[in-house]
Amino acid sequence: MSPTPLQDRAAIAGIGQTEFAKHLELSEKALACRAIAMALDDAGIAAHEVDAFAAYTMEATDEVEVAKAVGAGDVTFFSRVGFGGGGSCATIGHLAMAIATGQAEVGVAWRSRKRGSGPRPWTDTVNQLPTPAQWTRPFGLLRPVDEIAVLARRYMHEYGLTREHLGNVAIACRNRANANPAAIMYGRELTMDDYLQARMISDPLCLFDNCLETDGALAVVLVSAERARDCRQPPVYVHAFGQGLPAQHHGMVNYWNDDPLAGPSWIAARQLWKHSDLGPGDVDVAQIYDAFTPLIPLSLEGYGFCGKGEGGSFTEDGALELGGRLPINTSGGGLSEAYVHGFNLINEGVRQLRGTSTNQVAGASTCLVTAGEAVPTSAVLLRRD
Amino acid sequence: MLKPFVDADGAPFFEYAAQGELRMQTCARCGEVLFPPRPMCPRCQSTEFAWKRMSGRGHIWSFAVPRPPLLPDYAALAPYPVVVVELEEDRRLRLVGNLVASPEAGIDSVDPATIEIGQPVRVVFRELEGLAVAAWTPDE
Repeated sequence: MSPTPLQDRAAIAGIGQTEFAKHLELSEKALACRAIAMALDDAGIAAHEVDAFAAYTMEATDEVEVAKAVGAGDVTFFSRVGFGGGGSCATIGHLAMAIATGQAEVGVAWRSRKRGSGPRPWTDTVNQLPTPAQWTRPFGLLRPVDEIAVLARRYMHEYGLTREHLGNVAIACRNRANANPAAIMYGRELTMDDYLQARMISDPLCLFDNCLETDGALAVVLVSAERARDCRQPPVYVHAFGQGLPAQHHGMVNYWNDDPLAGPSWIAARQLWKHSDLGPGDVDVAQIYDAFTPLIPLSLEGYGFCGKGEGGSFTEDGALELGGRLPINTSGGGLSEAYVHGFNLINEGVRQLRGTSTNQVAGASTCLVTAGEAVPTSAVLLRRD
Repeated sequence: MLKPFVDADGAPFFEYAAQGELRMQTCARCGEVLFPPRPMCPRCQSTEFAWKRMSGRGHIWSFAVPRPPLLPDYAALAPYPVVVVELEEDRRLRLVGNLVASPEAGIDSVDPATIEIGQPVRVVFRELEGLAVAAWTPDE
C-alpha cells in the first residue's frame, strides 16, 4: 500500500506537441487540439475515452471548445490552475488526484499559447494594473523581468550571486537546445562572452536572462498506473506532487515579507518531499521553470539541492550540464527550447524517463519538474519502473 | 505614464500623500502595519483601520534599471532606476517608487551608477497623472 494516496497511482501515458516558432499560423485553439490528438495517439488511447481536463486559467480555449473538437467523451472532472507558469505542474497533479480518487479515468492537460506572435501580457495596462500592480508598475517596474531584476540584485547583494552564475544557467539551457532539433535555439551557440556582453533588459538582467517568446502547444495524457502499463509507451509515474502559496506571499512583487528570496518553491518542495519516498539527492535530472535565469538558483535552494544562498555557487563547475551534479532543462527549457509557460518541461521530463531525450541522462529514473518560482507554484516528481 | 489604480483599501494612502504625509494602513485592534492595503488584518481579522504616519525615512533594499522594450512613455526616459525602499519603522514595509533628485525632477534624474543597496533615502511627494504619489530622494 502506498504511504500516500497519490504516490505512483497515476502515470503519464502520452505526450504531444506542435512545432515551436516565433509565429505559427494556426490559432491557439487549433494548436491545442493538435497537441492533444498527438498525445492521445502517443498513448494509444481513443479520444472518446477522455473524461478529464486540466489547464491554466490563462488558457484561451476552454474545456467545452477543446472537448467538442477533439472528441472527448462525457467529462466528469475539469480543473483550472492560476498564476501563469506557476500552474504547469499543478495540471498534472490535479489530474493525478482525480484519477487516484476515481473522479476520472483518462485525463488531458494542455497548454497552447501564441506568446511569440501575440501580445505581451504586461502591455495590457487595464487588466494588469489592479492590486498589487498599482504599487509597482506606475513607477516603471512594468514587466515581469523588472520584478525579477529587483530580486536578483538583492540576491547578489545578500548571497554573492554573480552574472556569471546566471550565465551558467543560460548557457546550460542553450547547450541542451543546441542538441534538440525541436528547440528554437537549435544550433545557435551561446558563450559566456556573448552572455556578458548582451544588452541589458532590466539591469542586472540582460537579454539572455529572459525566456523566449514562442508560439506552440503541448499536451499530456494521464491514466491510472495499472492502465498505463498496458499502453504503447512505458509509464511515467506521478510519484509526488506539491503546490505552494506561502503565507503573506505577493506574487511576482513578493517584496513585503520577512524573506522575499524564499519564494513559493520552498512550500511546494516541502509538500512534494513529504509525500515522496525520495529526496533531492535521488533526483537524476530536473526540469526547472526558467522564465528568467535567477529562478533557477532560487529554485535549487527551494527544492533542497543546496542550502539557502548557495544557488549561485551550485551552478559552478558545470553542475547543470550533462554529466554534472544536476543536469537541468535538457530540452533547452523556456530559455532556449520554447516558452510555453513551462509545459515543455513536463514533456521533456517524460522523455527523459522513457529514455528518448535528445540530451538523454544515462539511466535516468527520477525527474523533478517545477513550475514558476516567484508566483504560487507547483511541482511533480516523476519516476519510471 | 500609468496612473496608480485607486481602490477602496488603498485610497487613504493617496489622500494622505496629497497632503504630503506618508501614512500606512494600520490595524485599529492589534496595531499591525499592513502593506499593500487590504480589507482585513491578517493577524487578528479586524476590519477596522487607522492610518499611521511614518517618518518617511528608509534605505534602498534593491533596485532595477529597466531598458526597452517598455511602454512608450517609459521607454523615452530609460534607463531609469526603480527602487524598493525598506522603511526605518519596519524592514518588511518596502515601498516601490522612483528615486529622484528633487520632487519635480524626472524619473531619470538620478544616475543609476550612483545608487547602492543600503543607501539612505527620504520620501518626497510628486504628481503622477494627476495623483499624488510617494517617491524617494537621496538622504544626506
